[in-house]
Amino acid sequence: MTRATLAVRHELIGLLGVVERNAYLVKRYAIWEVTWFVWTVANTLTIVFIAKGVQAAGGSLDVKRETTVLLIGAVIWSYLGILFEILTQTVGWERWEGTIEYTFMAPLSRAVHLLGMGAFAVVYGLLRTALLFGAIASFFSLQLDRADFWSAFVVLAVASISFLGVGVMTAVFPLISPEKGTQLGFIAQGMLLVVSGVYYSVSVLPGWMQAIAKISPATYALRGIRHAILDGYGVGALWGDIWPLLVIGAVSIPLGFLVFHRGEIYAKRHGMLKRSG
Amino acid sequence: MSAVEVHNLRKEFNRGGLRRTRRRTIAVDDVSFEIARGECISILGRNGSGKSTLVRILSTLILPDGGEARIFGHDVVAEGAAVRRLVNRVSVEASFFKKMSPVENLSYAARFYGIGLRETRERIPEILDRVGFPRSRRDSRMEQLSRGTQQKVSLARALLTSPVLLLLDEPTTGLDPRSKLEVQEFIQDIREAHDTTILLCTHDMREAEILSERIGILEQGRLLHLAPVGELLADFGADSVEEVFLSATGRSVEDDWEETEQLEVTS
Repeated sequence: MTRATLAVRHELIGLLGVVERNAYLVKRYAIWEVTWFVWTVANTLTIVFIAKGVQAAGGSLDVKRETTVLLIGAVIWSYLGILFEILTQTVGWERWEGTIEYTFMAPLSRAVHLLGMGAFAVVYGLLRTALLFGAIASFFSLQLDRADFWSAFVVLAVASISFLGVGVMTAVFPLISPEKGTQLGFIAQGMLLVVSGVYYSVSVLPGWMQAIAKISPATYALRGIRHAILDGYGVGALWGDIWPLLVIGAVSIPLGFLVFHRGEIYAKRHGMLKRSG
Repeated sequence: MSAVEVHNLRKEFNRGGLRRTRRRTIAVDDVSFEIARGECISILGRNGSGKSTLVRILSTLILPDGGEARIFGHDVVAEGAAVRRLVNRVSVEASFFKKMSPVENLSYAARFYGIGLRETRERIPEILDRVGFPRSRRDSRMEQLSRGTQQKVSLARALLTSPVLLLLDEPTTGLDPRSKLEVQEFIQDIREAHDTTILLCTHDMREAEILSERIGILEQGRLLHLAPVGELLADFGADSVEEVFLSATGRSVEDDWEETEQLEVTS
């Protein structure tokens, strides 16, 4: 094997190590995973029942369609939550356990380390999201007669690239603030979704928020997935939402690595990698 | 080429938020030394003397403010990736994912060093045997193991990656006498069986004397002396390393003084 091949092999094995470690953690915290899933179901139901509630209060709306719109918003919220949480754990959880120094002194490039976390987050997030969608769907009559689930999956997969870029940026917060950094990930998640039409159309937002919505990957993800599920749009018809996601992904991933790198340098300069708590 | 070359190394930390209240703490102050390949040296110092900061700089976890440190010729700042392939560390805290088993913790750690699945499966039981880890506990959660047993896993993790430089930062602190002895014997075994260079930071004089060729004294971030035990004893006209430490620093190693009060300088 050439030196370059060996280096690539080494990094790939390292990437698998990151995925393997997270799989062990899911296995070891299985009860907590179930508990958290039940909470997510309950939380999602509180949102999705709103459509029926509006009708019961005398409002006039297409309940089936609005319930589906709300469900998609809630499911994407949950998916983003999983991605951001796992990526933020890159630092937060490891600092708590005290393993962060061992991970950061291993000969594994930071990009591969973060990509490994991202790969696990996407696979795990997609599984959880599919389960959540199925669980909530059993409570309601949804507008799924024209749904193109494959196209919805493609949009979500492409959007995940951009989400990972943003997630990597948020992962740096616990490096800078061990106490409050993890919560900042949730703030980023909320900020991203509030401007992106998570439960409503972007058109109802003030002008300045609509301007921000244009650079949010969640805007295109939510719109594309809703078109795929509600209106049966295929991948070709969704290109208008897919290409902005590819562009945002191409910018956000390297930007995320750069932000994390700067955060790591800062932490190493100030001796902030050691265990706290 | 020396295994470790440290020249005029310096590290200070700023503590406190506001500029007016910010305090400067000098952790490593103009430290210089070399370690030959295969040599073991001990650095003695009290809590807060700068031992851990020194180890963290050598393992690329802290960036120095001045001077330079090279591991087998590689600069720890400019060639961090190359250094990380050569070094591993055992610290006072056996840091692991506590819900995971020793085998799971070792398995993913090996992967970070590019060790494949088959090789890991072969090496983990072999190394756990060598450190005297009981076979019946291999699938227990780390949190169910005693401190001494966890520290054995910590040694196994370091050894699994075949480091040419092993940084031991108080590896026996807090262990019961039996576990302490086992860990010390294991360190001696590593030295005899491999060409591993060892930097041992400790405040256990006896441990330093048993395990190393040269002993250094680190006080307030400054390396006061580094010499073979016999030379130290002769220079200070002392009968024991403890006496040498007392003469060199004016304090006993157990005297856990408030380092920050002494070192902080208002900037």
